[in-house]
Amino acid sequence: MTPAIEVQQLSKRYGALTALDDIDLKIEQGEFFALLGSNGAGKTTLISILAGLIKPTSGTARVMGYDVQSQYQQTRQRLGVVPQELVYDPFFNVREMLVMQSGYFGIKHNDVWIDEILFRLDLANKAHVNLRALSGGMKRRVLIAQALVHKPPVIILDEPTAGVDVDLRQSLWQFVQQLNQDGHTVVLTTHYLEEAEALCRRVAMLKQGRVVVLDSIENLVRTIRDYTLLLRLSTNILPDGLQSWTVKHDPVGELYRISIKEYTEIETILSLLREAGIQIIDLQLRQPDLEDVFVKTMEMDQAVAL
Amino acid sequence: MTGFYTLLYKELLRFWKVAFQTVLAPVLSSLLYLMIFSHVLAERAQVYADVSYAAFLIPGLVMMAILQNAFANSSSSLIQSKITGNLVFILLTPLSYLEIFLAYVVASMLRGLVVGLGVYLVAAWFYPVSPQLSGWVIVFALLGSAILGVMGLIAGIVSDKFDQLAGFQNFIILPLTFLSGVFYSIHSLPSTWQFLSHLNPFFYMVDGFRYGFFGFSDFSPYISLLIILACLVVISGWALWMLRSGYKIRH
Ligand SMILES: Nc1ncnc2c1ncn2[C@@H]1O[C@H](COP(=O)(O)OP(=O)(O)OP(=O)(O)O)[C@@H](O)[C@H]1O
Ligand SMILES: [Mg+2]
Repeated sequence: MTPAIEVQQLSKRYGALTALDDIDLKIEQGEFFALLGSNGAGKTTLISILAGLIKPTSGTARVMGYDVQSQYQQTRQRLGVVPQELVYDPFFNVREMLVMQSGYFGIKHNDVWIDEILFRLDLANKAHVNLRALSGGMKRRVLIAQALVHKPPVIILDEPTAGVDVDLRQSLWQFVQQLNQDGHTVVLTTHYLEEAEALCRRVAMLKQGRVVVLDSIENLVRTIRDYTLLLRLSTNILPDGLQSWTVKHDPVGELYRISIKEYTEIETILSLLREAGIQIIDLQLRQPDLEDVFVKTMEMDQAVAL
Repeated sequence: MTGFYTLLYKELLRFWKVAFQTVLAPVLSSLLYLMIFSHVLAERAQVYADVSYAAFLIPGLVMMAILQNAFANSSSSLIQSKITGNLVFILLTPLSYLEIFLAYVVASMLRGLVVGLGVYLVAAWFYPVSPQLSGWVIVFALLGSAILGVMGLIAGIVSDKFDQLAGFQNFIILPLTFLSGVFYSIHSLPSTWQFLSHLNPFFYMVDGFRYGFFGFSDFSPYISLLIILACLVVISGWALWMLRSGYKIRH
């Protein structure tokens, strides 16, 4: 089967800055894929090249087998992109926007599907409200709706949940999961890693324009065997005995994070604290998750990561 | 074609929703020109025998309104979409660069023509004047509005900020329209200025348009027609090349 997205030796330079550095990436049809990375890693740049909003410096990008530059009409017909920036046209209301967006894709009578999208995104009662009069989260929903008017087989969401409330976040993901089950390929970027972990099967992590990790979440989490012991204590002076563990102090909520490999280590730590007369106010044990993978990947020296 | 019609419809809706500023205001200002100039210059500026100055002025003012509003439409629409970022809604679609070009230009032409018609109707109510050769009037109105629509498109693509666009408007469009013989016949000018006027493409648009009203003009309407056709071809080629290469729009 043709991959939904296929990128080969793709680079994008802005003068001296290399936003994408020789990227290879293949996403199969039907996948639910996460593109992760810190601010400035190159996620939006990659998406913009796929959408034809910017031109690569070198390399090729294909959507459903079509080249994004030479066959742009085919690729754009198959691609729905939710841009990261919260943009809107202040001249029109929600329904007008969706009807027009359908028209740009050559679709004349799209009311049934538009109604369904409005309903799914909880916008039905805002259909006749001017975009200017919507809150930020609602504008974001309209952006999502606009990306879906032409039922694209490949959907790319660039931080769709930034600024969106909890209720909608859940119904949005339900909707997107439904689309994915119906056969749409979904690619998303997000800084909420638990979202990616809950929804996606595979992830790519970008760092300074390079793909440093590309694997299923299951495999990635399995490589990390460390549990994290979270502790809130009555003091901030730790007993010397704890020095043999990696202890991180998180000033938010005065938390100590201690990496452990075995459950038996917990007992040793607790007894050390008891001997020092330190009281435990709160204690949690955390399983390794995608965030640990992410943090570890980003901390790694670039040379090692490659 | 649905894509083209939709974008055209959107562009038309965009100015029609604010017709007070985009149609009524320019009609009013043209009317003020007519009142002031026809009073002040009525005795001193007899241009052609048998044609009153007011009658001479009206086709010029109509054409000036057509040109300025055609330019204003595409240029302001594009720069607004660029600055607010919503141009991306068009860039993400399979619309071809030719469809985008045509939609913006045709919408600009219609805005120019609607304003021009408004100016004509109001002005003719004060000073009755009707075209002798409507064919020429229509052809020059269409071509003039098309050229300025394309120029507006180019200005909108090239400008990154509103003040750059204002620069286009104040340093190119305004001088060229004012010096195109809207208010006077170039035969009343010293020879150097006559020569310079012949380098101004807007002169041929106004002169040819006026020919349609009176059946005579400063210059042969056939040559004017050829000159502005050539202008349209060159400038459209330039605009299409920019759109096609994604200049300033798709980095
Ligand atoms: N138009 C531009 N001109 C110059 N540099 C740019 C331009 N657009 C992006 N960059 C740079 O390219 C790099 C990648 O940016 P990009 O927007 O792809 O990051 P990102 O991974 O989407 O980040 P975020 O999580 O903040 O959205 C950044 O260093 C950014 O400053
Ligand atoms: Mg981004």
